[in-house]
Amino acid sequence: MSAHAANIDHAHDEDHGHHHHEPTFIEKYIFSTDHKMISKQYLITGLIMGIIGIAMSLLFRLQLAWPDHNFTVYEVLLGDWGKDGVMDPNIYLALVTIHGTIMVFFVLTAGLSGTFSNLLIPLQIGARDMASGFLNMVSYWLFFVSSVIMVLSLFVESGPAAAGWTIYPPLSALPDSIPASGMGMTLWLVSMAIFIASSLLGSLNYIVTVINLRTKGMSMTRLPLTIWAFFVTAIIGVVSFPVLLSAALMLIMDRSFGTSFFLSDIYIGGEVLHNSGGSPVLFEHLFWFLGHPEVYIVLLPALGITSEIISTNARKPIFGYRAMVASILAIAFLSTIVWGHHMFISGMNPFLGSVFTFTTLLIAIPSAVKAFNYITTLWKGNLQFNPAMLFSIGLVSTFISGGLTGIILGDSTLDINVHDTYFVVAHFHLVMGISALYGLFAGVYHWFPKMFEGKMMNKNLGYVHFWVTVIGAYGIFFPMHFIGMAGLPRRYYTNTAFPYFDDLADVNVAITIFAFITASAQLVFLYNFVSSIFYGKVGEKNPWKSNTLEWTTEHKHIHGNWAGAIPHVHRWPYDYSKLNKDESDYVIPGQDFVPQHIPLQENEEEMHH
Amino acid sequence: MSTTVTSTDTGENTWGGGNQPLRASYGKLMMWFFIVSDALTFSGFLAAYGFSRFKFIDSWPIADEVFTHFPGLHGVNAPMYYVAFMTFILIMSSVTMVLAVDAGHHMNKKKVTFYMFLTIIGGAIFVGSQAWEWATFIQGDYGAVETKGGKILQFQNVDGERVALSEFAIAGVSEREQHLKKNGVWYYEEGTPTTYNIEEVKAGFVANPDLLIRVQELNEKGEKIVLNREESLAKINRDAVGVVEGANLYHNEYGTPLFADFFFFITGFHGFHVFSGVVINIIIFFNVLLGTYERRGHYEMVEKVGLYWHFVDLVWVFVFTFFYLV
Repeated sequence: MSAHAANIDHAHDEDHGHHHHEPTFIEKYIFSTDHKMISKQYLITGLIMGIIGIAMSLLFRLQLAWPDHNFTVYEVLLGDWGKDGVMDPNIYLALVTIHGTIMVFFVLTAGLSGTFSNLLIPLQIGARDMASGFLNMVSYWLFFVSSVIMVLSLFVESGPAAAGWTIYPPLSALPDSIPASGMGMTLWLVSMAIFIASSLLGSLNYIVTVINLRTKGMSMTRLPLTIWAFFVTAIIGVVSFPVLLSAALMLIMDRSFGTSFFLSDIYIGGEVLHNSGGSPVLFEHLFWFLGHPEVYIVLLPALGITSEIISTNARKPIFGYRAMVASILAIAFLSTIVWGHHMFISGMNPFLGSVFTFTTLLIAIPSAVKAFNYITTLWKGNLQFNPAMLFSIGLVSTFISGGLTGIILGDSTLDINVHDTYFVVAHFHLVMGISALYGLFAGVYHWFPKMFEGKMMNKNLGYVHFWVTVIGAYGIFFPMHFIGMAGLPRRYYTNTAFPYFDDLADVNVAITIFAFITASAQLVFLYNFVSSIFYGKVGEKNPWKSNTLEWTTEHKHIHGNWAGAIPHVHRWPYDYSKLNKDESDYVIPGQDFVPQHIPLQENEEEMHH
Repeated sequence: MSTTVTSTDTGENTWGGGNQPLRASYGKLMMWFFIVSDALTFSGFLAAYGFSRFKFIDSWPIADEVFTHFPGLHGVNAPMYYVAFMTFILIMSSVTMVLAVDAGHHMNKKKVTFYMFLTIIGGAIFVGSQAWEWATFIQGDYGAVETKGGKILQFQNVDGERVALSEFAIAGVSEREQHLKKNGVWYYEEGTPTTYNIEEVKAGFVANPDLLIRVQELNEKGEKIVLNREESLAKINRDAVGVVEGANLYHNEYGTPLFADFFFFITGFHGFHVFSGVVINIIIFFNVLLGTYERRGHYEMVEKVGLYWHFVDLVWVFVFTFFYLV
């Protein structure tokens, strides 16, 4: 049975080995089936979506800081929704909605995990390519189509979707409720359905590649933590995205075909709708069954990337490799049984609330394990403060500061006080938004040479990018905790109607100023990124003196990754600063790292990690 | 056939890399994981169904009273017979699929062709039966009356036998023209009018002292509660606002519209899976005929679509259980 299967794979390998056919422009850059090119396609699409998403946040931050002020920029960018420089409340909601959607799904799901899973899985496990290059290509192009549809929805006459990124019915289900629930919402749902298909194809590929295509010696306990993170992320994706698809399909039925899954007893404009019997809480259950694992789909790849980068740049083995793997698995499992903590005030039974509180607080354990392992890896390390390392340490910081507030929000009794306030906004932006973005930046700085044939990004611009971003991001989100505790609700277009909030107006101004400073630092990154693609200095083959297999490949990208045979693996990926038996020198004299393909040396003690 | 790269497998290094630890090709693994994902989509639907049904636990339509038809046996009360037949056909098609896969392992092209053909026929019969089941459900049975609150009132005689609207409604008591575009400058769009309007049903009910009303709610024995004659008369005169014949996404003569919504949606989604399975099977069937897999040296493709086909059957077992049996 497995004979023929193996034969195919074998034939496949040989095919790669003797591949001399020069690909055409379209084969190479557009409909490419090469994982390295697809990863670049994901990254660049993700960055473009990121620019759109962050630009939107700047617009609504402007509105929040100076609600009474007229800004011509509204009129320029929003047209009729910004007439005379006054932002229309509907477009405010739309901006918040699409900002959330784009950042969560398009930037931090596809842009992060799509980019680095594609780039690193084959290279780090020692495979010629993904299991199915074709499906990988289809996955990217579905993502591209869904991005285009999402962007197109911005130009619909009635406006893009504005029901929040969680698109709760009945607001999202009834085109008569708000204009944005018409065509804009339809396009949102179509775009997300395609996105889910794309994510599914990508995840299937990642999982199967990790299972079947590891090179000889690359056992599961020798996998770099990046791969473990991508692997588990893909599994969570396969488990949770289809449930979002269920919810989306049922919502489409409610919107367009007259079913009542989520609708009951509704009057619009004095007229009673026929819908009866449905429940919007049902939608919340289905949505958050995806929604919560989605948080970890966003975060785990970042944690994997930083584990690798921190170990490399601390020149120390990662502390507690197996604990790291176990906590990734534990987080993945727990993520599927905590969704109710998003619904504490939906009217759920308080007992059920306490069950969800219990499961939610359990996540603190593996999360704390990871945080301590990062810190102990850094402890007494020979730290190399390059931009990738700085961003990784930044992630550890935001992961902790954002995670701590999660303990408050995860407790059903405490949550009631800050529910739907800026406290929540601060929490999830720090713990998943900023942390995952830091992971993305760290990954880009670290693996840029692998993506762009040896070219390095400018280090000094990287430092500027990091320090402005890290101060700015805390400047934005730290004060939000306080205005949230003061009761300021999220999703409000303006708070001037409530004198109680007048004292908080200055804080909002400060936040907005920080937002603009932070966003401008991203321009430095973009400049650095683009100019390095063309003019970056070509560095060494293994610029970070790293152990993993991707650095054994040549600068020049070839289809199949290694010109000769695929290297075999003889050790785990974290043999940094390992001493020989006599402790007289490093295992390889004068070199503080031992790459994975180097066999056990004579004067070396074999370790079991 | 099992001497492969994986022959180096010993317990120790199964996961050691350079092999296929689960002894399956990437394509087969992908199909498995796809099935996991699709199963979760269906789980989402069935969980939603359970959630909604639990909400109406004391008034959910009784499946035995809904699916009572058998093609060609008009007027015979045959609850579940046809769906049992459909299910049997679908499960048999899984059996023939297993035989096709097995024949593929023996590289027996003739047998693969034969069993694939039977599988396709089985799938086609199932999809056709589903269409018939839908048509019957849409057309309805006895007809019912809807109340102001959207509840359903059904009719029976004193002997406990269900009575159809056509048996007692008095046609021509009142005339009401259907709203059509040509009748006026503006109008409310209206679906196909029912055979009888509410006044005709009311008149017939009053004129017929044998008739009683069954309400949607169930008693402690799980049977529909039947009102006595006085209550029935009061109920129909006070609450009845419309006539319902058959079921669609808005109204459902058997009870809550959610029953029909979920029935159409979930069996429709499953039917779509069966349909696409049949299409894929046909493609594979022609590939078998053309000898594609003979040339390739293995029939793994048949195995992969076989996995999908079994999955679709398994899902039906759940759908069948939750909609028809419990």
